[in-house]
Amino acid sequence: MDGLSVRVIPCLDVTGGRVVKGISFVDLRDAGDPVELARTYDREGADELCFLDITASSDAREIMLDVVERVADEVSIPFTVGGGMRSVEDARRMLHAGADRISFNTAAVERPELLAEAAAAVGSQSIVVAVDARRREPDDPAAGWEITVHGGRTRTGIDAVSWCARAEALGAGEILLTSMDRDGTKTGFDLDLLRTVTDAVGIPVVASGGAGTADHLADGALEGGASAVLAASIFHFGELRIRDVKRGMAARGLPVRMVPEAG
Amino acid sequence: MTERLRVAVLDYDAGNVRSAKRGFDAAGADASITGDPKVADRAQVLVVPGVGHFASCLAQLRRSGLERLLRSWIEAERPVFGICVGMQLLYEGSDEGDEPGLGLLAGRVERFPPEAIVPHLGWDVVHAAEGHEDDPLLHGVAGERLYFVHSYYAVPAAHEPVVGRCSYGGVDFPCLVRQGSVVGTQFHPEKSGIVGQRLLENWLAELT
Repeated sequence: MDGLSVRVIPCLDVTGGRVVKGISFVDLRDAGDPVELARTYDREGADELCFLDITASSDAREIMLDVVERVADEVSIPFTVGGGMRSVEDARRMLHAGADRISFNTAAVERPELLAEAAAAVGSQSIVVAVDARRREPDDPAAGWEITVHGGRTRTGIDAVSWCARAEALGAGEILLTSMDRDGTKTGFDLDLLRTVTDAVGIPVVASGGAGTADHLADGALEGGASAVLAASIFHFGELRIRDVKRGMAARGLPVRMVPEAG
Repeated sequence: MTERLRVAVLDYDAGNVRSAKRGFDAAGADASITGDPKVADRAQVLVVPGVGHFASCLAQLRRSGLERLLRSWIEAERPVFGICVGMQLLYEGSDEGDEPGLGLLAGRVERFPPEAIVPHLGWDVVHAAEGHEDDPLLHGVAGERLYFVHSYYAVPAAHEPVVGRCSYGGVDFPCLVRQGSVVGTQFHPEKSGIVGQRLLENWLAELT
């Protein structure tokens, strides 16, 4: 099918240069090595990768730079790096090390101008704003969503939808939108949240938090209006293969990129 | 085994140089990264990556002395490969800032219409432009998906240099151009998996 395909993005949590959640879907020499995992997902047909540095201390920054360089030397697909990014200089260094995009989360909420400065320095297309949203009332989407920071631990009271629109106006080139209510539940994305945000902005939105099946991923694009879908554990534990997920999405009428089976 | 082509990837703080080097190495070249015009001039192939703002990319090229190098290579018909904004720079100018482009190709660079989701970000299909179906660059590439990330696109005033095209946001735009010894891609071959590698291999094969 013609037209821009819906990107499927596995997300890897990294700390101290190692992938934290165990990964068990293939016989890996070293299941904690981000480079080997990145290579594997590249081969499996992932459209993009997302690395989230969950330590994000200043030492970790140097280790992450090394990981980014080694991944850039090994994979032929784009990747985003996030977690603990605080400055334009952080963004520059990660991009120079070979990352394609940088995501800002807490630091952008604390000082929104950071997004404008970063976009001016490296271009909007390299700047992602990661938004961790939580429903104000669990069963009532009409009550809206607020953003949380510090990995979801701190509520801010700030409206998630207006924050997304503001981030776009400041220069973000993409929104990585995670539903903290759905994260880890495998019950599907918060489609109300996705649809409300995709209707409010003109930049691509990556759906995250809650996907458990290929149909969930397809729903993110078809019903939520997402340009890309992200998941972690369902890929890492081999519950779903990238290739099968894409077949499922194609069966729902979505354009996807298929790669030839490795021979 | 044939000698690998020496490729200089221009580092002017406006592109993913590391990935460009990896891409050309994977396609069989011997690539290195440099911001020094003298060093770059000793290579056999120049690669101009480009990410970000058209006018800032040009300003950076100019400041670093690499624009003069690039012009001299184009004039001498030595092989140059421009990626993304590195391709857009070949046109006469852009809506994105007042800096004039290199002017090798007739036409200008414009922004996608406001109703499109911008940037055009992700994997999109590259089609052979009419009359270019047999261009060797497109072997194993035409009809496949390659990776794009851009908010501006070229509006060519001459169609002959347009080898490949793509459609997005209601516009049809050049994504693979060639003029003499110069090739440019709006997509990122170095980030486009095996298909991107094939395109680079196709081009390098012509040069050896």
